[in-house]
Amino acid sequence: MFVLIVGAGRVGSAVAQSMLARGHEVSVLDHDPLSHERLDAGLASSWEETGGRFTVGQGIEVEALREAGIDEADVFIASTSGDNTNLVIAQVAQKRFNVTTVIARVMDPARATWYAEQGVRTICPTLQAISMFESAIVEVS
Amino acid sequence: MYVVIAGGGKVGWNLARELIDKGHEVTLIEQTRRRYLTIEEELEHAVQYGDATEMWVLERAGIQRAELVVAVTGDDEDNILICQMAREKYDIPRTIARVNNPRNRELFDLLGVAPVVSATDLILRLIEHEVPSFGLVHLLDLHAERLEIVEVEVTPAAPAAGKRVAEIQMPEGSLIISVLRKGAGFVPKADTVIEAGDEVLVVLDPGLEDGITGLFAVGA
Repeated sequence: MFVLIVGAGRVGSAVAQSMLARGHEVSVLDHDPLSHERLDAGLASSWEETGGRFTVGQGIEVEALREAGIDEADVFIASTSGDNTNLVIAQVAQKRFNVTTVIARVMDPARATWYAEQGVRTICPTLQAISMFESAIVEVS
Repeated sequence: MYVVIAGGGKVGWNLARELIDKGHEVTLIEQTRRRYLTIEEELEHAVQYGDATEMWVLERAGIQRAELVVAVTGDDEDNILICQMAREKYDIPRTIARVNNPRNRELFDLLGVAPVVSATDLILRLIEHEVPSFGLVHLLDLHAERLEIVEVEVTPAAPAAGKRVAEIQMPEGSLIISVLRKGAGFVPKADTVIEAGDEVLVVLDPGLEDGITGLFAVGA
């Protein structure tokens, strides 16, 4: 599978490394050249030598998405720090590039829920944290 | 009319002020605390503090009863999302979005956010208007309706120069709607003769520009 990940923060780079380790083709797009260091971290050799791809560019720009290989992508992960950026580029991946599996990280539970109803697959870490807190409290009470 | 404006920058603030002066009810949403406090001194209850891409902020501003939502923040993603939610979640019939980076324009189109206003495009239009050597000036583009209005100055060498309107073989899907001559405009009739130096306004389907240039602006 070809996995394209936009946003190499803690989540994006960790998912990138684990997908590469599982033998998938992985391409990462991030606007910050320094984010490459996160991809290298913990690897025996560099990210590229291990087989990964890295492109510097804005996820919202179609040309950057193309350069990162969106035309061949089977999976598209939107994990930049901006909810709105993630929701916009996820829709671009779906509607413009017909990527089969598109997943967006959305911190705001309201937007994550509503866009999920509109057909954008969203992952909401905030909702996860809320329910973990709730069950932790229920356990001790 | 009740209008919700997202983004209290120069555009949003002035727009709010103008609309209030014209008697409309306005709520402006600004997410920077300091900027909000500055605006609040003038607009008072007509400005609210918060992130206009958050639903509860939009709902607190009464978006459900808005007749028009204007998204003029400095972030194109935010403007897209605000208009998308306004239309699809809150059933607001009319939205206007600002495009900050003209390269993002196609994203607005792709996600059905229209109409849009781009300062870069507007200035470019003005430049084209002021510099007639461009031949053909776009006055209005209705993207969704696939209709354009262009202005073209008739050159002496143009096939249309000296011809009656009825004789000019306009491309299918285009129509002369007005002629500007010596500073005055009029709607031409079939026997109006088009002269070199006239400025002709043409309504057309997109893509017919070359045909119009070939008729009116040869040698421009």
